[in-house]
Amino acid sequence: MIVRNPFGQNYYAAVPTKLTRSLRVNLIWQLFRFLVINIKMLRMVRKH
Amino acid sequence: MARLLILGGGIAGQTAALHARKKLGHQHEVIVVTPNSKWNWIPSNIWVGVGMMKTEDVTFDLAPVYKKSGITYLQAKALSINPEGEGSSSTPFVTIEYTSPEKKGVTEKVKYDYLINSTGPKLNFDATKGLGPEKNSYSVCTPSHATEANHHLQESIQRMKKGEKQTLLVGTGHGSCTCQGAAFEYIFNVEYLLRKENVRDKANVLWISNENELGDFGMGGMHIKRGGYITHSRVFTESLYAERGIDWITQAHPKEVEKTQLSYETLDGEEKTVSYDFAMLLPPFSGVGLKAYNKVGEDITPTLFAPSGFMKVDADYTPKTYEQWSPKDWPETYQSPVYKNIFAVGIAFAPPHAISKPTVNPNGIPIFPTPPRTGMPSGVMARQVAFNIADMINGKADEPTRKASLARMGAACIASAGANMLNGTAVSMTMYPIIPDFEKYPEAGRDLHYTTGEIGLAGHWIKFLLHYAFIYKAKANPFWRVVPE
Ligand SMILES: Cc1cc2nc3c(=O)[nH]c(=O)nc-3n(C[C@H](O)[C@H](O)[C@H](O)COP(=O)(O)OP(=O)(O)OC[C@H]3O[C@@H](n4cnc5c(N)ncnc54)[C@H](O)[C@@H]3O)c2cc1C
Repeated sequence: MIVRNPFGQNYYAAVPTKLTRSLRVNLIWQLFRFLVINIKMLRMVRKH
Repeated sequence: MARLLILGGGIAGQTAALHARKKLGHQHEVIVVTPNSKWNWIPSNIWVGVGMMKTEDVTFDLAPVYKKSGITYLQAKALSINPEGEGSSSTPFVTIEYTSPEKKGVTEKVKYDYLINSTGPKLNFDATKGLGPEKNSYSVCTPSHATEANHHLQESIQRMKKGEKQTLLVGTGHGSCTCQGAAFEYIFNVEYLLRKENVRDKANVLWISNENELGDFGMGGMHIKRGGYITHSRVFTESLYAERGIDWITQAHPKEVEKTQLSYETLDGEEKTVSYDFAMLLPPFSGVGLKAYNKVGEDITPTLFAPSGFMKVDADYTPKTYEQWSPKDWPETYQSPVYKNIFAVGIAFAPPHAISKPTVNPNGIPIFPTPPRTGMPSGVMARQVAFNIADMINGKADEPTRKASLARMGAACIASAGANMLNGTAVSMTMYPIIPDFEKYPEAGRDLHYTTGEIGLAGHWIKFLLHYAFIYKAKANPFWRVVPE
């Protein structure tokens, strides 16, 4: 949400595009990310 | 026969008790002293605070679990430690006071051979005037706090449905708070709920914290590789706040919480106020206030504990500047340097210093987050300490051999940003190491290969699964050891 407020906090923040936001809840893409995140987390667990 | 006494049956204490029990033969005794009759999966209290879960969903009775596991359970709180015994006896003991309805108020001395202090934090609401559920703000630190917060949140939502505007303030209630991640999860779950209830346009959702910048989380934030850049978590965090229309106040030390107004001091030394209709503000943490006495009854609390009330372990507590900090300052075995049969794990151990760079305002008030000790590292250090003690009891080692330094440990963390199986999101983060090491990783202090972050629905699924997995494990159900810490 880019607010028309040139010196406001939100104005300078990077905001996601529509595509990025839809991928965040896209079931097929997220199923793939689910696997990737789990692998990353397991890698972390195995480092202990 | 040896006796391992564990103070505190939370995330760290439960992990240590179950692992120790598995490693020790039944001629040895494992005792847990903890004041509550129920175990609580604290991370899911966030969802109790927005009405998505009930107290029963995040707690279970401890007694049956300890009974089936062969662990002695004393529903009591520890008051003091006598590490040298008393009078003519040199057997160390802990004085406890029962909290169970049958024995409430009765005190007893419990002897030990090895002691693990995993008493977690005292929720220090008194640090800020007017802070806390008994005064003028709400909390989600316990199931009852979260239930109350949800009750008042729902009242605010009803007002919005009638057309009233509401300001909801969420964050930290003192300049020295930790656990920003929990407040972060709460504000995004509240924001999600407001959208679900179709009242988002009626709400001004506002963040306040003691972080220097958003995305610090008490760890100085983290850098990750993304889109051809090495980017600080501040960028991603600000992005999420901007996307969800949440304004933020950082570098704030709340001084007084009134019914509808918070007064705070900034890092510049300015005095400011902010008005609200609903405020969920986390308290700062301190140690639970255990005392220690030597053989002749003299108070030796400062020998065992830091002024914060957390227990001193094998860390380097020499006062140092930020530039002098080293990963080597952090403890490895969590053993007391004075009494070698005492250990402290989870939130109960005293960190040698912060992780975020300390900052003090012109009036001398420190405004920066103290270091977080989240669930995964708390569990790992508890397991390692339990294994070390079991080895020493079983005669396999004379001293702790396994190490669990936060400077050589990674963390995986999922922060909920809206709970729904189809359109919820969560931020999934991994980082290695937890304590930045600028000698080894001069670029960003951490290994950029292992330090990652992303937001999406998959994170929510994992968070949801972890809720059940960790409760399953804490109940010591079959194959509980398969679930990692
Ligand atoms: C709202 C919230 C959300 C969180 N979310 C996450 C998350 O998503 N992920 C994550 O990794 N971490 C999260 N955390 C942090 C996590 O809860 C802690 O890291 C973890 O609980 C620390 O474990 P512990 O055993 O040290 O302390 P605790 O779990 O607090 O356990 C301490 C135990 O000691 C007992 N005790 C207290 N005083 C005494 C006494 N005098 N004698 C005996 N026993 C005593 C207490 O009753 C308690 O059972 C969250 C914290 C909060 C508050």
